[in-house]
Amino acid sequence: MPDTFFYHYDAYDRTLVSERVDQFRDQVRRRLAGELTEEQFKPLRLTNGLYLQLHAYMLRIAIPYGTLSSRQLRKLAEISRKYDRGYGHFTTRQNLQLNWIKLEDAPDALAALAEVDMHALQTSGNCIRNVTADHFAGAAADEIEDPRIWAEIVRQWSTLHPEFTFLPRKFKIAITGSPNDRAAVRVHDIGLRLWRNDAGEVGFEVIVGGGLGRTPMIGKTLREFLPKNELLAYLEATLRVYNRYGRRDNLYKARIKILVHEVGVDKMRADVEAEYAETRDGLLGLSNETIEAITRQFAPPPLPHRSAFVPDVERQKFEDAAFALWLKSNTAPHWMAGYRIVTASLKPAGAPPGDASAVQMEGVADIADAFSQGELRVSHEQNLIFPHVAMEDLPAVYAALGRLGFAEANVGKITDIIACPGLDYCALANARSIPVAQRISNHFSELARQHDIGDLKIKISGCINACGHHHVGHIGILGVDKNGVELYQISLGGDVDFGKTALGTILGPAVTADKIVEAVDALVTTYLDARAAGERFVDTYRRIGAQPFKERVYATV
Amino acid sequence: MPLYSEAGGLPATYVPLSFADWQQRPEWPAVALANTDPVEDLAPHVGRLRLIVLDFPKFSDGRAYSQARLLRGRMGYRGELRATGGVLQDQIAFMLRCGFNSFESEQKGFGEALARARTLFSVVYQPTEDGRAPASRLRLETATALLAAD
Repeated sequence: MPDTFFYHYDAYDRTLVSERVDQFRDQVRRRLAGELTEEQFKPLRLTNGLYLQLHAYMLRIAIPYGTLSSRQLRKLAEISRKYDRGYGHFTTRQNLQLNWIKLEDAPDALAALAEVDMHALQTSGNCIRNVTADHFAGAAADEIEDPRIWAEIVRQWSTLHPEFTFLPRKFKIAITGSPNDRAAVRVHDIGLRLWRNDAGEVGFEVIVGGGLGRTPMIGKTLREFLPKNELLAYLEATLRVYNRYGRRDNLYKARIKILVHEVGVDKMRADVEAEYAETRDGLLGLSNETIEAITRQFAPPPLPHRSAFVPDVERQKFEDAAFALWLKSNTAPHWMAGYRIVTASLKPAGAPPGDASAVQMEGVADIADAFSQGELRVSHEQNLIFPHVAMEDLPAVYAALGRLGFAEANVGKITDIIACPGLDYCALANARSIPVAQRISNHFSELARQHDIGDLKIKISGCINACGHHHVGHIGILGVDKNGVELYQISLGGDVDFGKTALGTILGPAVTADKIVEAVDALVTTYLDARAAGERFVDTYRRIGAQPFKERVYATV
Repeated sequence: MPLYSEAGGLPATYVPLSFADWQQRPEWPAVALANTDPVEDLAPHVGRLRLIVLDFPKFSDGRAYSQARLLRGRMGYRGELRATGGVLQDQIAFMLRCGFNSFESEQKGFGEALARARTLFSVVYQPTEDGRAPASRLRLETATALLAAD
């Protein structure tokens, strides 16, 4: 009897992961014995999730499609305690990073992960990376189909794919099954959007060539409607075209978005379809039995009937303003009446976004066991999610999260900041990100004010590689280095919502680190003065343009 | 460079021609492609070819994996398929899966690694040119067998 309501490994999956650990153990041994040069070892450790950072090795653990059981989260806590410094960092790609791993411990840490059917495979390197999906998958009221079924199918197909392990560059795939895209599918190498056509069939819109980084681009539609059982054959054709024709002469022009940009999406489509015409009837066609077998494993948990009107909740809403705000911002509609999806905010005022200590991870696992069928999700917004919480249990969950420091009522608000690790950890960064996020978070910590400001996404990257997704922040902040001084460039108007996906526009000259909070404050004040009823920050910006914001900011800083 | 072959030793007289030279003499049974050469152009000739050499200018340049799969899978090439250039022991398992059966490598211990490479992973997820049954097919067969036993 499985203890989870999502894909559980069988003997094949376990064997493969454990054989991979054995292989990596041998590779580490050869590296430590000097049989492998660092250059030769690098791609081997990268495809096993091991990075060399500023101060130490970093292990990036995959949380495929952001789904996690309480048992797995407890194991992550244990690993962080045993092999690291007792905390981890949830990233924008549904991964967990441990920042202080020793090379000689890495194989043991991976073996410990394998005990709970987890791995760090392909979380780095020029291969198909950990597949991401909507963090409300399997619970959202607006879902057409659970994208995790397809993410698991893609996970298996892409794992140790012999043809696509040495691609021109990394390759990220995201899948959404809802019309409200929470997986940012238009800014991935391939984005897959499940939708229902006029004939009532569900299939994929295949979007290609989106991405952030130093050349941000919005993905283009490669195929309007792809029948579901053709998914792998079509992906393989697309990846083959990329593997053969993607640029390899320049690291910064090697992503598929550059290929699509240079040849044009029509030529790209023609090439992919020509390749696909040869392979579509091959072995990659998905049989109904295979799809059904995986679908069964994602069957929803048996949720008992619970009341949709809870007098205790109504009373507490009335008496406790913070609880009322929390209900509004941190819970979302569930497909089943009487239930809500609850987001634990990993952004308490002044804390590094996305960090959780081992104790906090264990506390979250306990809450999941007591109130959410032992299930969790990790969001690309660096929060943790309880997918199935009965409304009657909301006060208890709120109280328990409060004890962990994860009950801040700020999801989607100005302090729910996405930030990359930045110069505090990362070898690529030009500037610090986390301290900037912390200072903005402290400045706007008052909850009533945050809710008055409303939905506002701030995203911070410490360099142009854009791990903090600053291009698609309503307010984007990019750290740059100018003659050894950390400066921050501000952009406005980015968005990842489906149909509105947009890249931000740079506001003006970069500001110094000590002025960034004042600059953000000036932006917010401009919005509050100018907003029409019901307008979010980004709506006002779109209506009135950059000029009023610009004038205020540069008069202030 | 030491050659490790599972292809059953072709006579050394089969000196592969570069693609440009071979196009002048397409009856010659051995050709060495750059990883940018149009592998599709070999299609009418694969029945006659005995040796095709594919190049990895660096071990991290993976274009020849696609060329290999096209030769084996789409064009049905049956002769010796040799990897040369940046060929390291940690790539052998991938190369075997794409249909390579001979390897030129200067790496110490390559021969021993080649002997181990087929058993390194007893499970595979993708159907490829090595003909191994991927996990998805084995699962279906197990399910069918269970049904039959009922």
